[in-house]
Amino acid sequence: MTLTRRSALKTAAAAAALPAAAPLVGAPLWRPARAQAPTIKIGVLNDQSGPYTNTGGVTSVVCAKQALEDFGVAAKGLKVEVISADHQNKPDLAVSITRQWFDRDGVDMLLDVPTSSVALALQSVCREKNKVYLNAGAASSALTGSQCSPNFVHWCYDTYMLSKSTGGAMVKAGGDSWYFLTADYAFGKQLQDDTSTLVKAAGGKVLGAAPYPFPGTTDFSSFLVQAQASGAKVLGLANAGGDTVNSIKQAHEFGLNGSMQIAALLMFINDVHALGLDTAGGLNLTESFYWDMNDKTRAFTKRVLPKTPNNYPNMIHAGCYSAALHYLKAVADMGAAEAKKDGVATVSRMKAMPVEDDCFGTSKIREDGRNMVASYLFEVKTPAESKGPWDYYKLKVTTPADEAWRPLADGHCSFIKT
Amino acid sequence: MIMIFGIPGPLLFGQLLLGLINGAFYAMLSLGLAVIFGMLNIINFAHGSLFMMGAFASWMLLNYLGIGYFPALILAPLLVGIFGIILEKTIISRLYKLDHLYGLLLTFGLSLVIEGLFRNAYGSSGMPYRIPNILQGATNLGFMYMPNYRGWVVVAALVVCIATWAIIEKTPLGATLRAATENAPLVQAFGVNVPRLITLTYAGGVALAAFAGVLAAPIYSVNPNMGSNFINTVFAVVVIGGMGSIMGSIITGFGLGVIEGLTKVFYPQASATVVFLVMVIVLLIRPRGLFGKAA
Amino acid sequence: MFGFSRAQSIAFVVMVVLIAVCPYVLYPVFLMRVLCAALFACAFNLIIGYVGLLSFGHAAFFGMGSYVAAWTMKHWHVDASVAIIFGGLTGAALGLVLGYLAIRRSGIYFAMITLALSQMVYFFCLEAPFTGGEDGIQQVPRGHVFGFIDLSNDMTMYWVVSAVFLAGFLLVHRIIHSPFGQVLKGIRENEPRATSLGYRTDDYKLIAFVLSCMIAGIAGGTKALVFGIATLTDVHYSTSGEVVLTTLLGGLGTVFGPAMGALVVTSMENYLAQFGAWVTVTQGVIFIICVLAFRRGIIGELGAFLKISL
Repeated sequence: MTLTRRSALKTAAAAAALPAAAPLVGAPLWRPARAQAPTIKIGVLNDQSGPYTNTGGVTSVVCAKQALEDFGVAAKGLKVEVISADHQNKPDLAVSITRQWFDRDGVDMLLDVPTSSVALALQSVCREKNKVYLNAGAASSALTGSQCSPNFVHWCYDTYMLSKSTGGAMVKAGGDSWYFLTADYAFGKQLQDDTSTLVKAAGGKVLGAAPYPFPGTTDFSSFLVQAQASGAKVLGLANAGGDTVNSIKQAHEFGLNGSMQIAALLMFINDVHALGLDTAGGLNLTESFYWDMNDKTRAFTKRVLPKTPNNYPNMIHAGCYSAALHYLKAVADMGAAEAKKDGVATVSRMKAMPVEDDCFGTSKIREDGRNMVASYLFEVKTPAESKGPWDYYKLKVTTPADEAWRPLADGHCSFIKT
Repeated sequence: MIMIFGIPGPLLFGQLLLGLINGAFYAMLSLGLAVIFGMLNIINFAHGSLFMMGAFASWMLLNYLGIGYFPALILAPLLVGIFGIILEKTIISRLYKLDHLYGLLLTFGLSLVIEGLFRNAYGSSGMPYRIPNILQGATNLGFMYMPNYRGWVVVAALVVCIATWAIIEKTPLGATLRAATENAPLVQAFGVNVPRLITLTYAGGVALAAFAGVLAAPIYSVNPNMGSNFINTVFAVVVIGGMGSIMGSIITGFGLGVIEGLTKVFYPQASATVVFLVMVIVLLIRPRGLFGKAA
Repeated sequence: MFGFSRAQSIAFVVMVVLIAVCPYVLYPVFLMRVLCAALFACAFNLIIGYVGLLSFGHAAFFGMGSYVAAWTMKHWHVDASVAIIFGGLTGAALGLVLGYLAIRRSGIYFAMITLALSQMVYFFCLEAPFTGGEDGIQQVPRGHVFGFIDLSNDMTMYWVVSAVFLAGFLLVHRIIHSPFGQVLKGIRENEPRATSLGYRTDDYKLIAFVLSCMIAGIAGGTKALVFGIATLTDVHYSTSGEVVLTTLLGGLGTVFGPAMGALVVTSMENYLAQFGAWVTVTQGVIFIICVLAFRRGIIGELGAFLKISL
């Protein structure tokens, strides 16, 4: 191998050319300085390829865009854009994408973000960059508690609300001894803890719990048999997504649904659809939105359905719509330039204005960032009771907004001046 | 009530039985892997995705063609097996000349593609699939209620496993197959169409995975991620049993199911990891696995 | 210089120039991700390209380095350099333990043992209280380096990360082009012959493994400081798979391959994030193409085309 000037030059050229191709691959990374037209940008960050694809995913983006349409963006003289990305449930990827969105792409508001570990990781990023963070997808009540932030609003549910509605209401309805099947990670454990506290407060007993490895467990048979042996009246499923679907399917197989009531502590209408009514019938779960609840929710659903025909909206999707709509109202009130500059100010404006939309009716955002909507305990219909596609729920108990959430003082949110 | 190590006797027996049932699944799945590795020297990381395809195939047969569970037990493996033939002819056959590890990497890539495509098409929530009416219900065994379907799974798995082992170890076809993997040119010189034999073997391994998929469809959520949940454990089973040994995989599959079942009673959080612990111990003491031939 | 051939020296200079220039054109945080991934891949390349052992559990060392650096930074408020060094030491220590168990085997068994051992490390990280489980260790401060250089500025952090990368890169290169490296090469080509010459091959392999794990730990620690978090993703087997993909795509056993692979894979992940579900499919397709047609990887093919060794 002789080194000639030719081959040396070829090397250098080749080595230089390849990285120079990177801007083409990573086009969104490289932006020339842009003209200062105040375009409001909303970034929907959620799971589009993993276990939460149907409970969030593309339908959330559709609902966010619907908010733009319903608000009448053009008529109000605003320029708004919605972009989205898949965080694959990985906190570092989410942080990376979010930083880039804020630093380079001019995103002003972060929306959805399921998976509590990811949601928590983004709190400090949004606070540091002073942007608006509206979370509809994650469950952890710590987001308005120990990890609260003035840039943040938690829109439509959390672990406390779920526990109180499903746990508390079920105890009142006679399910006073519980056995938990818990996904062994922070979210599952928190759900179990919150529900246990509320069950005991309502006069019930917790007879035991089976923590199973998460993720990766598909077979729950041995845990279910242990639950059966405990003699508890209620089987509490402290898990979500595919785990919930599997555990319910197998609970049926082992005949648990005959002897125990099954309480799915976190479950959405899309999971019910995946299970099928013959398995899911009789389940108890809590959501803060149901598409068939009243005329307004039906009208909303009718508007979004053409763009997401196989996936009806659940409370997260409705939450994305409601959050985006309220955000736009605040922005219109403040003026786009002001809203872009200061996330805390925008969120404060949002807290000052009452929330009003077709999905949740009226609600108010509390100082710690908790949007107070009512919660509903639903029972899933049996196949005989269901009269049409996605006609799945019947309402059992309504918990009004002022009772559904953890009291402000108990959250120990640091920036609230008491 | 007899207490063993602080656990009531009936509960323990129930868990052991459940462990055996799970073991049947592991044995079934690892069988296909062992066949493919033993005969073709390919580490088929795509096995989990093929299992998933079998489950989806049975769902599709039901949903699009109205074909029920029992016909699907034959049709789904057939369909996925045909897919396996196509795979082998186009991609897998190029791997035979390469180092093992490239086979592992390629099939790993294949699994990403297959699972990704199914996720794009069907989402991640899963599709409903019911237990066939005739197998519903449970039998009271005294110490626990055993779902009839699970009993059926053990029986079906055992039958298929033993039949496969018998075919490979005891029939002339199996002998030809084993000879072909040891010395292909010589066997070809005898007039046997070796490439076709190899293709069919790969398809056979794939069909076994798909059969396990059909068995799994009524009890596990039929979703694109279902394969990856199993694949690590199944690999461990094959490695522990001995990478070329059919009987090794079967016995280890059942054995590991039982061990996992016991772990679920005493220390449930570790039940997913105990398999790896066993694998490390076995590999350190007896690297070719419990029943494997010397490398 | 440094044992580079003429062509390699030119390529090295080009790389340094790019590292110096790129942050003014591209996004520094993205580039830091690339550099950490590149360092991790260089560490991995050491063991697979030059010793010939495929470790399917390298994420264990990267991730543990990440956790330890994050924890010491957050709770002991040490200097950033100390945190990264702790990360490296953790990687090395873990590498020693796991390597000692695994090194006796080779080929597919080595890969399987490393996979199993890293799954156990994952389980440990899941259960141990100090790692924060699912949430991971969050809000890790960037702190200062050498007491006075403040890292909260993205550009400053970038220069520090580049320095760490270049140091690691040169270290790997130095290891390979040393008498020790020559023995490794001999072991890879014909282990029985090396043994017959009197070399204790297992010891050499173990040392190389530990060095690789140490550098992986340094890469992990640096990454934790850049992003301020250390999570379970860092120890998950998909991260192990990703570093294999990166090195394969760049070119196994080449000097600049890992860095090139890291650039391509990270860019791809970034760019495709907006297309949601297609990332895994694309990664899978790349794996397949690489194995079938492109086994030498980008740099390998380039080198073969230009008839030089890169």
